[in-house]
Amino acid sequence: MAALSTSDVAVEPAVVDLSFTGVRELNAALHAPDVADKASAWRVTSPAGRHSIAVGLDAEVDVRIEGHVGYYCAGMNQLATVTVEGNAGVGVAENMMSGTVRVRGNASQSAGATAHGGLLVVEGSASARCGISMKGVDIVVGGDVGHMSAFMGQAGRLVVCGDAGDALGDSVYEARIYVAGAVKSLGADCVEKEVRPEHLAELAGLLHAAGIDADATSFRRYGSARRLYNFHVDNASAY
Amino acid sequence: MLRESATFDRATIAEIQRAAETGIYDIRGGGAKRRVPHFDDLLFLGASMSRYPLEGYRERCDTDVVLGDRHATYPLHLSTPVTIAGMSFGALSGRAKEALGRGASEVGTSTTTGDGGMTPEERGQSKHLVYQYLPSRYGMNPDHLRAADAIEVVLGQGAKPGGGGMLLGQKITERVAGMRTLPMGVDQRSACRHPDWTGPDDLEIKIGELREITDWEKPIYVKIGASRTYYDVKLAAKAGADVIVLDGMQGGTAATQDVFIEHVGIPTLAALPQAVQALQEEGLHRQVQLVVSGGIRNGADVAKCMALGADAVAIGTAALVALGDNSPHLDEEYRALGSAAGFYDDWQAGRDPAGITTQDDELAARLDPVAGGRRLANLIRVMTMEAQVIARACGKAHLHSLEPEDLVALTIEAAAMARVPLAGTSWIPGQGGL
Ligand SMILES: Cc1cc2nc3c(=O)[nH]c(=O)nc-3n(C[C@H](O)[C@H](O)[C@H](O)COP(=O)(O)O)c2cc1C
Repeated sequence: MAALSTSDVAVEPAVVDLSFTGVRELNAALHAPDVADKASAWRVTSPAGRHSIAVGLDAEVDVRIEGHVGYYCAGMNQLATVTVEGNAGVGVAENMMSGTVRVRGNASQSAGATAHGGLLVVEGSASARCGISMKGVDIVVGGDVGHMSAFMGQAGRLVVCGDAGDALGDSVYEARIYVAGAVKSLGADCVEKEVRPEHLAELAGLLHAAGIDADATSFRRYGSARRLYNFHVDNASAY
Repeated sequence: MLRESATFDRATIAEIQRAAETGIYDIRGGGAKRRVPHFDDLLFLGASMSRYPLEGYRERCDTDVVLGDRHATYPLHLSTPVTIAGMSFGALSGRAKEALGRGASEVGTSTTTGDGGMTPEERGQSKHLVYQYLPSRYGMNPDHLRAADAIEVVLGQGAKPGGGGMLLGQKITERVAGMRTLPMGVDQRSACRHPDWTGPDDLEIKIGELREITDWEKPIYVKIGASRTYYDVKLAAKAGADVIVLDGMQGGTAATQDVFIEHVGIPTLAALPQAVQALQEEGLHRQVQLVVSGGIRNGADVAKCMALGADAVAIGTAALVALGDNSPHLDEEYRALGSAAGFYDDWQAGRDPAGITTQDDELAARLDPVAGGRRLANLIRVMTMEAQVIARACGKAHLHSLEPEDLVALTIEAAAMARVPLAGTSWIPGQGGL
């Protein structure tokens, strides 16, 4: 398959044009055990909103996707750096384990859902349920997030430079949430918490890692009140 | 003479008293306890003049089954259609998972992980391991996805269609908490909906993603709790499932509200023919395999499922009983917990004297995984042989050759649900509707 041939010397990025090559061939090439030796940099053109682009990567490769992607782009990512030069559909970087995923545009629902690790940066805004059930990932959103973001978030950090929609952090466990703008409402058991120096430091670190220029002191912190951790009849209405 | 009310019987009164006392609903393990139409309400028509039986022990009656050969490079080849249902590490001890793996591998069948991820105990012992993909995604790990032999997307369970999971704080030990990324000792709620897809159109895309991640090697199962089975099976098959796992309302659970177990979902018997009809109408019966669970106890149940069109069955409760759950030897200990051998269902509580549904190291040490595995293998062998006995009597050289025509029903309800005639008549009530 000509589109996937790469030179022996990994200087030039491998280029895959999805108007000629299928997502299956792209992913198979990216899953090859020696992918990083063949080409550590990949350019994917004409993604045209296709689903499941660059999913299940498990190597230190740099994948640049030039355009918009559909559902689950970079799903379950490990080690790789994936950049979407456009908008991303539902579940970008879902269940990511490590590596970095960057969306230059906006992201649809459930961005970074259940992700265990790595860094997800959405330079634009993210829709509802951003960071739902997050389990250790760091998510930095340059714009706003929709309702129910960080729902049941278990671990990791969600940084929102703009505003947050309704029910932020509903039923959150140990995930930490930072929002610079307005929060429409907090979900069950989510409360505002004091920003201490260690929080300012971690926030500055996250903003720096994300390459987003924002003032850490302008953020407020939210997290679990831990009142719903064990069922108590007097809290029944909160469930 | 004392007269007990049928409406306010002693169990009902006790439950009202308990609710008033505690202010919380009753959570328990096991499946529905009420009597519902079930496989016991069906009988086989053995061969006689018009049918030719096979000679037991001499003429072959095969039991093998291939699961997931529609799209996957490596479908599962099992020696028996009796598989082990998904039961989580967390609900069960690591040693119980190991025992399940040992028993299943001995007889050439599969086990299934559960909420809470894949353990080395189970992966190590299970020749064929199905990895569940649940709404909670606890411990979901692409390395485990790749290490699995099949992937099961769980939409629901028969005990609680529409419900999420629950693992009470006393079972969240350090290891369980670590695998689920949760603080120790919290009541763990698993979501009832998947976090990154909603309807059947999304499911199709999700299945596509899972196939892409695993390079189309592994069969993808979809598990549903029996409720709107006809439509759910059609939608799951259209979404690309290779195998559909259908769990009826009698299906066991580790921890669910009693009201949910007893009042939501439909019996396995009522759901199975709907699933088969749905697959037949799509031209996918036997291409998309159907695994049925919920109250499967013996070879007769297996044979009846096969005759109604299932490709395989899955057992949960029966497997735990084989490992030693509810053993009469433990009666005294069960009584100390307010139960008795044959009645114990506090699988949510973590104090299981049999060492199966617990995370307490001392209790768990009571279960010898080798001996437990052997007992499970025995049970599966017996179930398989019993099904063969029936199939041969019906003249069938493979369990899958059993057919509805081999069955009659003992009750009008069972006849209507199973869509076979009431015994001694040619009457199938309810034909003409779904
Ligand atoms: C202890 C226990 C734990 C279970 N855990 C899960 C689970 O994690 N995921 C799941 O899909 N089903 C789970 N189930 C349901 C079983 O997979 C299966 O549907 C059911 O047990 C079948 O019915 P049976 O118990 O009558 O054989 C569990 C059942 C039991 C008894």
